[in-house]
Amino acid sequence: MSKSILVDTTKCIGCMSCVAACKETNGLPQNEETELSADSFNVVQSRAGVFVRRFCLHCQDPTCASVCPVGAFMRTAAGPVVYDADRCIGCRYCMMACPFSIPRYEWKLALPRVRKCTMCAPRQAQGLPPACVEACPVQASIFGERDELLAVAENRLRENHTGYVQHIYGEHEAGGTSVLFLSAVPFEALGFPANVPQDPLPTFTYRVLSKIPTVVSAGAVLLGGIWWITSRRAEVAEAEKNDLDKSGGE
Amino acid sequence: MDHNKLPKLTFWRAVLILILASGLYSTVLRFTKGLGAATALSDRFPWGLWVGFDVLCGVGLAAGGFTLAAVVYIFHFERFHAIVRPAILTAFLGYGLVAVALLFDLGRPYRIWHPLVMWNPRSVMFEVAWCVMLYLTVLALEFSPVVLERFRLTKPLKVIKAITIPLVIVGVLLSTLHQSSLGSLYLIVPSKLHPYWYSPWLPVFFYVSAIGVGLAMVIFESNLSARAFKREIEMPLLSQLGKVMLVILGIYGLMRLLDLASRGALGLLREPTTETLLLILEIAIGTAVPVVMLAFRQVRENREGLFATAVLVITGFLLNRLNVSVTGLEASSGAHYFPRWTEVSVTLSLVGAGFLFFALAVRYFGAFESPPLPAGARQ
Repeated sequence: MSKSILVDTTKCIGCMSCVAACKETNGLPQNEETELSADSFNVVQSRAGVFVRRFCLHCQDPTCASVCPVGAFMRTAAGPVVYDADRCIGCRYCMMACPFSIPRYEWKLALPRVRKCTMCAPRQAQGLPPACVEACPVQASIFGERDELLAVAENRLRENHTGYVQHIYGEHEAGGTSVLFLSAVPFEALGFPANVPQDPLPTFTYRVLSKIPTVVSAGAVLLGGIWWITSRRAEVAEAEKNDLDKSGGE
Repeated sequence: MDHNKLPKLTFWRAVLILILASGLYSTVLRFTKGLGAATALSDRFPWGLWVGFDVLCGVGLAAGGFTLAAVVYIFHFERFHAIVRPAILTAFLGYGLVAVALLFDLGRPYRIWHPLVMWNPRSVMFEVAWCVMLYLTVLALEFSPVVLERFRLTKPLKVIKAITIPLVIVGVLLSTLHQSSLGSLYLIVPSKLHPYWYSPWLPVFFYVSAIGVGLAMVIFESNLSARAFKREIEMPLLSQLGKVMLVILGIYGLMRLLDLASRGALGLLREPTTETLLLILEIAIGTAVPVVMLAFRQVRENREGLFATAVLVITGFLLNRLNVSVTGLEASSGAHYFPRWTEVSVTLSLVGAGFLFFALAVRYFGAFESPPLPAGARQ
């Protein structure tokens, strides 16, 4: 059970209301950027004649949360993936690892933070929808339970076979995301990476990390064993040499 | 002889001073104006030279420490005792410099201790942080006899001697973990890293190539320090290391080839891309040519030949790490990254500092004197 946003790019009119609302809620300078930045957590891009929003997809099993060495990222029970700037050491592994290349950094500051959409977690805690969804005049973005939104999306695909690419972006990408997209043109043309694995990415590193206890215990036994054998061999050689010396002396 | 050497020495000193001065400027810039002013890093390219070279290469090049420690203390090849100390010294300096480089690269360097108390065991970076911290401690202890002997502190010396074997075993295990984990860091980017370099075997490749380059570094340093300090070179020992390196590189090359083939990446070689060129260069310089050269006894037993091979192996290794961490990611990032001169000057300063500290340690602590403990090790 988690909250989600469904973005239907066929409905978006490119009015930028969501951008303005996002900036106001997050206290960011009002400028119309078309690329995500430390000052823009949500942008609207025009690609292939389509308006498409770009913001954090809030993965079900977030890569950023798994790679962060100090646990600065966390997926909340309600769905949003949030960031605690007080923990962050600034290694930027989250930015490297994010399959959708979402997190941005305050490069110009001496004490920078990672910046990204919070899915308005503070507003959600007060029972309010994310500011971007509330601001949308045409319901191109809607907010609700993930299951319900998936059902809505499937319905739209079923009812309009030719109007949509028959794919819900985010249903399975990177193990599934809380933000879902519908489109009339191939998602790649909208700038979505097409080669994101369907498995949650943290499983890729966990496969190796889970072997560490075995490597350590087997390695310790192996090294200890080799040391014991080689030092025993040296002892024996030493003793034999001594015996020889003795018998030689007698 | 001395008159000939003198101007050469001052030349290198002048170069070093120049590098350190520019590094100082970059340091001030970095810590007052931030990463954006001092580096070419961007949101599309968040990791650059400092991670790719200073950290990835630095840790790899320091692998000679754990390799030789294992050879001498675990496998009891006592004849290598004479070169184990410089190898451990290099490793200690190397890891120290990696830690300093991290202070430059981290956005909030004063929080470098956070992983100690804020845990995330699912993170490869968390594991690397712990391993490197612990291994730095192990290296300090492994190197401490040199300092303790210098100041004739017999009591702590006895304690260190008593725990040498467990210490070496812990050091080898920690090295195994973090050398491979530096490769595991990139397992999380299957859709971003070029198929030439993205492989589920990355951790194994990083580990095996680290051992290979660790041996190459021992050969490299022994040559340089023999030249600089007018010492006798331990050619028979180095030739044997060359033989081991041949085996390691052979295994590594074969594994890379099988991996590329099994993932169907060999077909990409027909495309004349930058990545293809870089892969061919990396394999040729770092693996194929050295394997062929080392296969000849004449090369292994020839000082210049062995030295040249070591330089090739090191160069190929650097190429590999930079391919994984920088060039292999360029295509998917949609951005081009080339380090700013301020970034380069910090890196050069760290390398220069490494040479400086190594020379000082040799001069004042006699790092080349073999430890007196295991009787007759050097004779």
